[in-house]
Amino acid sequence: MAIRIVGINKRFGDFVAVDNVSLDIEGGSLTALLGPSGSGKSTLLRIIAGLEDPDGGEVWLNDREVSHVPPQQRGVGFVFQHYAPFKHMTVFDNVAFGLTIRKRPKDEIRRKVHELLTLVQIDQFAARYPVQLSGGQRQRMALARALAVEPEVLLLDEPFGALDARVRKELRTWLRRLHDETHVTTVFVTHDQEEAMDVADRIVVIDHGKVEQDGSPREIYEHPANEFVMGFIGPVNRLGAAWVRPHDIDLLLDPAEKATEALIDRIVYLGFEVRVELTRRDGSQVSVQVARDEAERLELRAGQIVYARSNNERIFEGAEASAHAGSTAG
Amino acid sequence: MGARPLQRPGVGGGYDGRGLLGPGLAALYLGLIVLIPIAALFWESLGLGLDDFVAAVTSPQARSALLLTLVMSSIVLLVNAVMGTLVAWVLVRDSFPGKRLIDGLIDLPFALPTIVTGLTLLALYGPRSPFGINIAYQQASILLALLFVTLPFMVRSVQPVLLELDREMEEAAASLGASPLTVIRRVILPNLAPAVLAGGALGFARCMGEFGSIVLISGNIPLKTEVTSVYIKGLIEGDQPDAAAAVSIVLLMVSLVLLTSFDLVRRRISRHSEVA
Amino acid sequence: MTVASQTASSTSMAGSRPAITAGRNARVTRMTVRGVVLLYLAALLFLPVVMVFLRAFEGGVGPVVDAIVRPAFQSAFWLTVQITAITVPVCTTLGVVTALTIARRRFRGRNVLNSLVDLPFALSPVVIGLSLFLVYGVNSPVGRFLADHGITVIFAVPGMVLATIFVCLPFVVREVVPVLREIGTDQEEAAYTLGAGRLRTFFRITLPAIRWGIVYGVILTAARSLGEFGAVAIVSGKISGKTITLTTHVQERYEAFDVVGAYTASIVLAGMALLVLFAMQLLQSGRLRRHESADTSQPTSAGDA
Repeated sequence: MAIRIVGINKRFGDFVAVDNVSLDIEGGSLTALLGPSGSGKSTLLRIIAGLEDPDGGEVWLNDREVSHVPPQQRGVGFVFQHYAPFKHMTVFDNVAFGLTIRKRPKDEIRRKVHELLTLVQIDQFAARYPVQLSGGQRQRMALARALAVEPEVLLLDEPFGALDARVRKELRTWLRRLHDETHVTTVFVTHDQEEAMDVADRIVVIDHGKVEQDGSPREIYEHPANEFVMGFIGPVNRLGAAWVRPHDIDLLLDPAEKATEALIDRIVYLGFEVRVELTRRDGSQVSVQVARDEAERLELRAGQIVYARSNNERIFEGAEASAHAGSTAG
Repeated sequence: MGARPLQRPGVGGGYDGRGLLGPGLAALYLGLIVLIPIAALFWESLGLGLDDFVAAVTSPQARSALLLTLVMSSIVLLVNAVMGTLVAWVLVRDSFPGKRLIDGLIDLPFALPTIVTGLTLLALYGPRSPFGINIAYQQASILLALLFVTLPFMVRSVQPVLLELDREMEEAAASLGASPLTVIRRVILPNLAPAVLAGGALGFARCMGEFGSIVLISGNIPLKTEVTSVYIKGLIEGDQPDAAAAVSIVLLMVSLVLLTSFDLVRRRISRHSEVA
Repeated sequence: MTVASQTASSTSMAGSRPAITAGRNARVTRMTVRGVVLLYLAALLFLPVVMVFLRAFEGGVGPVVDAIVRPAFQSAFWLTVQITAITVPVCTTLGVVTALTIARRRFRGRNVLNSLVDLPFALSPVVIGLSLFLVYGVNSPVGRFLADHGITVIFAVPGMVLATIFVCLPFVVREVVPVLREIGTDQEEAAYTLGAGRLRTFFRITLPAIRWGIVYGVILTAARSLGEFGAVAIVSGKISGKTITLTTHVQERYEAFDVVGAYTASIVLAGMALLVLFAMQLLQSGRLRRHESADTSQPTSAGDA
């Protein structure tokens, strides 16, 4: 195991940031720690890096117990949310920093840094200062800087959080490709489920300092362990005790078994798909996603009465008690 | 809003927060230089006993010095609130040749040694005044010295706030039909008030303890132009360190109480706007 | 003197648009306010300072030169330089350590430490002098102990240095703490994960980031220690040729009716003050420029969560 976490606890005053978390992460994998703000995912990442001392539990990196080893000696690369560029150093010196600390020969450093800058496609900016780079370029510099010391594990804290939507999409694809080339064990923290699904081969969903579910993106989407995961990982409707995704509802023009009558409030064209917003007899609101040609075939329009039938609903134990994600439809 | 919990990790909790050398050194430094001498001040005045302590701080000369200091500081506070704000206003909103130079010279009282300040004022407003204005050895001279040394406090406190004051807010008020005077009264002044209070408090604290700039020009006439710090110095030189300590403590307490209440008021009125 | 650091140079607003000040009435108001302010500043600040120079040179350059070459002036000048030369490094090193503690640590008593730093601003210099006199004077056990071992603090240079350090203590701390808070801990943590130890991280990452704050603090410290009068006067005993600094020299000369001597020492001190002002101004405009370039270069880093 590249990373093994055993029963980690961490509190800040009264606030429990990480609550008895255990986790194994395989070498060469790309894992996302996914959760809402304040769920403790960043703290967990910082504990792995040694930037935060756990109150209890163990951290193992490549079969070495490092729970209280200082960050300098853990062999991790860390990319900060705001990249933490060394503002008074050029891009070259930033990336070379870890190597100069390790007292590598000058020409080896030069070769290595240019190799990395080429890999992250900012070699032409080597002599610039971080303030002269765009957000995306700074983020790639931070990545090159972390990779320069050949870490056994690469940790990224909300790596795309501070970028605008377009650059974020680009960098995601790019990070995935970089990982496929370098194969360094990578863990990144994100609050964006789409990002986690897009990039990671494994997702660990965290809430209130606890692991809610741990699995492949597909497993998590198709077999959410509980209502929190189901609500967090994608849009969801709540029908009484049952939870159902908008695309798991069929719309019929005529009454049928298990179908409930509903009024179409609004139709939203999203491109390939159409979102239909309904109000059922009992007043509850339901959101349904259908393919565009299906919507055209049914000639749906606002004000029309239709019959909605779910074909894949799930009921979680104790779901009544929790009202966690009831409003995430859409 | 960030992905981090409310308690920012990294500050204090993390790897960065380990080790005791830094805090130990800092505590030793402040303890030796500041804490122990202040404690000695209290210790010395305790040696007097309650009756003598009260006698020391309520003697006619002590009472008069404390009252004079308090009255002068209050007047200076009021004048600064008006003039300091006006100076800041001109430096931010007006433009004329030489403004930059004047802006730079506002800090002069910070840089100029207080004894030189006293001599400086004496040169212009003393017995040999070229304008024939001689206020030496009068209470007005104390006022002048205090106004000189506290000028930058108010200006430098108000200036940045004025600089960042949202012009659109004024324009919005004007577009809603407010006259320029109303805009100043209802929009600008409420936004400046916290800065005026902060600058006023700093200046007030300085006035309460000011010594160097006053000592030459005021003449130090007991019961008339002798401020508290000068009186304390007299007690020390008259070999009455215990009485000097007693008066010092009263001066310190008055300053701290007033500073704290200033701060409370400032916090109260700035709740709506300030972030820090 | 934290306010001095906030001197956001107002030049950026020069030529600002007249928001509500349109029309003739507004123009008259503006000119009146400008006139009142300039008159006030002239009467309070500028004219008196000019006057000192005029007074000093009343009898020509000769008397001023005479006053400067006099041994009393020379010894006062060099004593002042000596005290400053000790005070500045002490206040800077320990000030930075204290600032790091206040900005980077969370522990019981941090607030006490924080308010202790500000205390010298709320104290009269005379009271500061008195408090040191009480600790180290011959009547106190500490003073007696030191005297028995041949160390005189009060009425000697060590006491004057202590008084100057006490008075100057807040400057470096108050300039550096906000800078440390602003840069945050990310860069330092990045250095740790890249293998840099604590000391190396301080010298290679933290120190370059806070250097202008330190320089500013040093300037304020130097200015104050050159010009400190009240606290030093109390503990110095004013022994001529031994514990007379430039500022006490001014007073001593004035009281001896040697007006030229007093004014000469004053213009030397005023000249130093003007130099300090000039340095502050230079730093200020540099600081503003750096701030602006940093601002415009972060168009995408606003959003979070």
